Amino acid sequence: MLMGMTCQESPPLLHDLNRDLVWRGFVQMLPIALFVMVFGAAFGLAAVQSGVSPAMAVAMSALVFAGAAQFAALDMWGPQISVITLAATVFAINARHLLMGATLYPWLRHLSVSRRYGLMVLASDANWAMAMQAKDRQQPGFGILLGGGLALWVFWVLGTGLGVAFGGLVQDARPLGLDMVMGCFLLAMVFGDQLSARMLVIWIAAAGTSLLAHRVLHNNCHVVLGTLAGGLLSMAWVEAPSES
Amino acid sequence: MSLEATGWGEWLLVFIMAAITLATRLGGVVVMTKVPITAPVERFIAGMSGSVLVALLAPLALDGDMGARSALATTAAVMLVTRKPLPAISAGLFAAALVRHGWTW
Repeated sequence: MLMGMTCQESPPLLHDLNRDLVWRGFVQMLPIALFVMVFGAAFGLAAVQSGVSPAMAVAMSALVFAGAAQFAALDMWGPQISVITLAATVFAINARHLLMGATLYPWLRHLSVSRRYGLMVLASDANWAMAMQAKDRQQPGFGILLGGGLALWVFWVLGTGLGVAFGGLVQDARPLGLDMVMGCFLLAMVFGDQLSARMLVIWIAAAGTSLLAHRVLHNNCHVVLGTLAGGLLSMAWVEAPSES
Repeated sequence: MSLEATGWGEWLLVFIMAAITLATRLGGVVVMTKVPITAPVERFIAGMSGSVLVALLAPLALDGDMGARSALATTAAVMLVTRKPLPAISAGLFAAALVRHGWTW
């Protein structure tokens, strides 16, 4: 195993990856993963109620591992399902992964091809956000990307199984506020960043574009459009060269 | 084209969903291997990283119910004061639960 020993040119080794870092990432994600298990249970119950067979519900969570897209798919589940509509919806909801992969690429490029793509297999909102935050603090972030992803995956699949088996236990996560876990978590990540006036303006552009697209287009592409708006503004707006 | 959500049809649908999702996870990296990382590209990437979250959260905050709004506002407030994610998230969920049980500000 040559993990973490292949590239030694930069002192903090932000692209470092070894078993210890992965385990620490797993543990760091556990509090969120437990909440995700409750979502998983809600998904399992909803899936069975939508006519998905129990085994298929668990298989979907294990293979797709993307909550929002899976819930959207349930809305379409029926005797006849349009493949094109299902595919387009899943793509639109998950297209933000494309942008996440791109934002990680400056660090991923230091890894071997198999490791580079292997790390992305379990990338989702929470572990990506924590990995990016680790980078901002000049710490290695791939342990949390992989280990945290593993924690989320395990508890998402486990939760789905529980929901399928004992659905009555979690009739509805909404009265308990549990549907807001991911939203609150991601917001906490946003406010964990160092705020600058330039960043705030970029975020306002992203939020405004997203809201506009959400209200006008109704086709789940608001996240991507908002993100691209923020990215393009940032590209056009050269920072004042005061600090590095 | 449409498929029946029974037997093999159901499996095929799940595999299609899985393949598309995996493609989105890997695709961004594939594209970036073809793009030279110049200063503007770097600024584009840096701008996107916070924007993804903001673009995801904005409709949740503005078009959500009072419970969702209270949750996000509380999380933001606690986060700005304490800088600790877990207390901020817990307070946000508590706020949503309170509002949805009829508690008003």
